[in-house]
Amino acid sequence: MTFVELRSVSLTYRLGKETTLALADGTMAIGKGEFVAVVGPSGCGKSTIMKLVTGLLPATTGEVVVAGRKVTRPIKGVGMAFQNPTLMPWRRTIDNVLLPMEIVEPHKRRFRRHRAEYVAKAMALLETVGLADFADKYPWQLSGGMQQRSNLCRALIHEPELLMLDEPFGALDAFTREELWGVMQALWIEKRFTGVLVTHDLREAVYLADTVYVMSRRPGRIVMAKAIDLPRPRTLASTFEPAFVDIVHELRDRIHQEHAI
Amino acid sequence: MSPRRQEILRIAMPWLAMALFLVVWELACVVFQIEEIILPRPTKVFVVFVQRIDILLAFCWDTLWTTVLGFLMAIAGGMLLGVLIGASPLIYSGLYPLLIAFNAVPKVAIVPILMIWVGVGALPAVITAFVISFFPIVVNVATGLATIEPEMIDVLNSLGASRLEILRKVGIPRAMPYLFASLKVAITLAFIGSVISETVGGNRGIGFLMLSAGARNDAPTTFAGLFAIAIMGVAMYAVCALVETRMTRWAFRGQLVS
Repeated sequence: MTFVELRSVSLTYRLGKETTLALADGTMAIGKGEFVAVVGPSGCGKSTIMKLVTGLLPATTGEVVVAGRKVTRPIKGVGMAFQNPTLMPWRRTIDNVLLPMEIVEPHKRRFRRHRAEYVAKAMALLETVGLADFADKYPWQLSGGMQQRSNLCRALIHEPELLMLDEPFGALDAFTREELWGVMQALWIEKRFTGVLVTHDLREAVYLADTVYVMSRRPGRIVMAKAIDLPRPRTLASTFEPAFVDIVHELRDRIHQEHAI
Repeated sequence: MSPRRQEILRIAMPWLAMALFLVVWELACVVFQIEEIILPRPTKVFVVFVQRIDILLAFCWDTLWTTVLGFLMAIAGGMLLGVLIGASPLIYSGLYPLLIAFNAVPKVAIVPILMIWVGVGALPAVITAFVISFFPIVVNVATGLATIEPEMIDVLNSLGASRLEILRKVGIPRAMPYLFASLKVAITLAFIGSVISETVGGNRGIGFLMLSAGARNDAPTTFAGLFAIAIMGVAMYAVCALVETRMTRWAFRGQLVS
């Protein structure tokens, strides 16, 4: 069942008199519970796709359909995580994770009276990413990797059907990044949300995704959709197996073609 | 030097610097035989300070409450206007040039107008203190709101937050450090405002005391008034700094600066 569909979507940014075609033709269909990754050369409009799917930007032409409905305004209750963890420094980690509960219905209505229940839920989630002992710490007391884990917890606490990730591991060191791939995969296997990951790390894309979309240079269009049929759960060891490495090479060659033009 | 002695020295430094300043002043008066009517010696100022403590305290109180009242009004008004300007680009473009023009007017020029409207006394002092300390609060609160990371707004928007919710959950807490930073500037400006008003058209307060003492060529009393204002200014600044560190500990990343 298709959950997110882009039908020949384009987007033109307008800044004064200048117009930039950021996305020329985006067409993709993401099934419910599917995890897709979008890769491509920098500046190809990957992040634009994020904003289109969530309705933060309206498409110039074409249409975006999420859960059977055409997107015309920001859709509610989506989980989002960016490269910048955007945690609120005045809130403790636990309160940061609980933020969506104060905004998304029906939790918003119940939050005050059932606070203990929500705190328990947030603690359970923090536990799964190994942050249970840091719930009372402020974000600036955590390392970059820990901040990004809290960020993921905040994006998932309200059990969104759709999780949008915009290079969430991009600013982390290689070890932490690879560790968080595992965390991310475990969360997805458990909760089976629909996930869209924008990244420029091909190994990350292949590790996490069911389908990897390759985008062309700006103005971006989707030039390749590669299904990743590797068994789950994938491990760091499996990233060195030939099947995995072959896919990464195939994707890399396709992106190099874009640079060669 | 041991860390403990270094710490003691750090705390003692401002007092030492002040003592040095007063000693140099005293010596200069004696060595160059400066007349008391031009520049009284600090010891003389101190003697007058003690002799006239009753009237100084009474007039200090007048200046203090008019300043603080004007300052509190500036906090309330400045926060309200700052939030409006920071949250809405339309209000920003409409009011900001007006505010700048308003701030460019020398505040001493409005005191005579105030006197026409409300007469002499405490009220013009309160209003002048309000008007002069209002601007930095507005600008700082508006800046705090206007510089929220766009990603933070994206996260909240995609959760379905309303504009009011974004303001409450992110805007206001984020503007708090900016607000408290501006209070330190605003309180000293508020003192300037009330003293200007007392000097131009008052019948009470330290500004009035200094003016009338000056008219009688009573330099030591004028200087005693000056010291009184300085003491009040430093004390109120310290209060604002204390409130700032208490209220926005997160902005200092836990490193309490005193």
